[in-house]
Amino acid sequence: MTYTLPTGYIPLTDAAPLIIARSLGFDEEEGLHLELHRAPSWATLRDYLAMGRVEAAHLLAPLPIAAALGLGGAAQPLEVLSVLSLNGTVIGVSPGLAHLMRGNGYRFDFADARAAGEALFALDQPLRVGVPFPFSMHAELLFYWLDALGLPADRRPTIHTVPPPLMAEAMAKGEIDAFCVGEPWGTISVENGVGELLLPGQAIWQSAPEKVLATRHGWADRHPDLAGRLIRCLWRAGRWLGDAQNMTTCAEILSRPEHLGVSPDLIDRALSGRLVVSPRGEIRQADRFVAFFDGAATFPWQSQAAWIGVQLARRHGRDPVKSAQAAQAVFRADLHRHHLSQVTRSLPGASAKVEGALSHASALGSENGRLILPPDSFFDGRIFDPERVT
Amino acid sequence: MPKNLTIIIVEKDRDRALQIVDGLNASGDHAITVLSEESGLARRIAALDPDVVLIDMASPSRDALEELALASGPMDRPVAMFVDHSDGALTKAAIEAGVSAYVVNGLQQERLTPILDAAITRFHMVSRMRSELAATRRALEERKTIDRAKGILMKARGVSEDEAYALLRKAAMDQGRKLAEVAEALVSTAGLLS
Repeated sequence: MTYTLPTGYIPLTDAAPLIIARSLGFDEEEGLHLELHRAPSWATLRDYLAMGRVEAAHLLAPLPIAAALGLGGAAQPLEVLSVLSLNGTVIGVSPGLAHLMRGNGYRFDFADARAAGEALFALDQPLRVGVPFPFSMHAELLFYWLDALGLPADRRPTIHTVPPPLMAEAMAKGEIDAFCVGEPWGTISVENGVGELLLPGQAIWQSAPEKVLATRHGWADRHPDLAGRLIRCLWRAGRWLGDAQNMTTCAEILSRPEHLGVSPDLIDRALSGRLVVSPRGEIRQADRFVAFFDGAATFPWQSQAAWIGVQLARRHGRDPVKSAQAAQAVFRADLHRHHLSQVTRSLPGASAKVEGALSHASALGSENGRLILPPDSFFDGRIFDPERVT
Repeated sequence: MPKNLTIIIVEKDRDRALQIVDGLNASGDHAITVLSEESGLARRIAALDPDVVLIDMASPSRDALEELALASGPMDRPVAMFVDHSDGALTKAAIEAGVSAYVVNGLQQERLTPILDAAITRFHMVSRMRSELAATRRALEERKTIDRAKGILMKARGVSEDEAYALLRKAAMDQGRKLAEVAEALVSTAGLLS
């Protein structure tokens, strides 16, 4: 018996696990039919999920946490069953700013977040930065970057919400000077000659949970069988995506008009980490630009939820300790581990870790000891211990 | 007599916007502004200081409005998404119709209901008209393609119009495809032969 599960997504490169699970039949392997609904905006997708029009959704990692903290327009509590992708965002600046930065000798290495920040803010211009949604890893990474650079309040850029399909237009019209956005939209800005890529998101945090699979609070506990099938089919899709040989096929499938409707070579740049950073065609390689599988990428670390919760709490005047607790409860590491126990033993035994402590890939104790965690440093070397939030 | 409400409709399509304005005017004497530009939306809405903002759920610009829902946003008044309200049936109807409403400053439910009712009716009507228009356009396009395919066959095989049509019809049946698809395939490849 196959169950049909209405599932929503936003047409982005990192919706790949859902699109691949459906296109290649990883869902059917689990007796599931993912009925994919492409949504026009994050707010609408969240409302579809809250109202039961879809049962599961591809969401920005901070969005369900914001809902748990009562921030924004969502009343319905949500839960995260899996992480769909790590990293995969880009920060870009207008060609005018890029020209000035180059004039000062900056080389656009697409790697060093401190050097990039210093080069940008040395221009001492008022900046407006576009992000896709107020509760997004894009916004969190930007705020973290600005904090760590120690910019005084009066020199800080203002952050504006600009829907990704309108980001290139907003750059062209001069309504924003810079952006932090998910692929393929950064690449499209470069193609349209309105933006140059400054940094990948991972230059700020090497292992940032970007998109998650969310369901309504309590759904996975009420439907353990369905939740298990869903988590497993996305894990299988993630494993397929983790194989570099499959990238070209993936780009072709995502490029179809019913999904992203963008030329496959533009999608391929993010998948391969070989990004064209300027309209003059300069290429930069970023390893693990977007990660779907390796190093337990699908695992919803409660410590990452806590990090997001504390960031949101500090910015919106909430209690950080309580917010960290509420945020951790949203990431169901327990269910993820439980439902994958039949298919893999390479999952962390713990549900939380100290974030930012790994500067190199490191072996971690799992059930069979073979799990290698990728580096997870913050660019300023700080660490975040979920047990020591004050 | 309660004061009239200030309503903003975010809609790019002028005809559609006018339809919705008409519907709302029938429900009371409101000050209605239509914003068609997608850029700088949050700032422009904040400047107009409305009671209600109506926007198509299919518009990507909804995410820009989400910024307004933050207390620390540019408009220092609480903005709630209508789905936060308790009336489940009305919320469901609004989502079905594809309209989302943002309510500013805790506008009372009884004042909001007639506005949403009117908006829901209009959104339904406009989307019906849209799908009818799209269907008509498609039918016209298909007829044009079939005519061109007939012309190609008549010329290439020296047959009459009726015979050309019969050939297309038979090919469609044999291949289990729509007549318009077969015609499209013929038209799009015929150019290669000449």
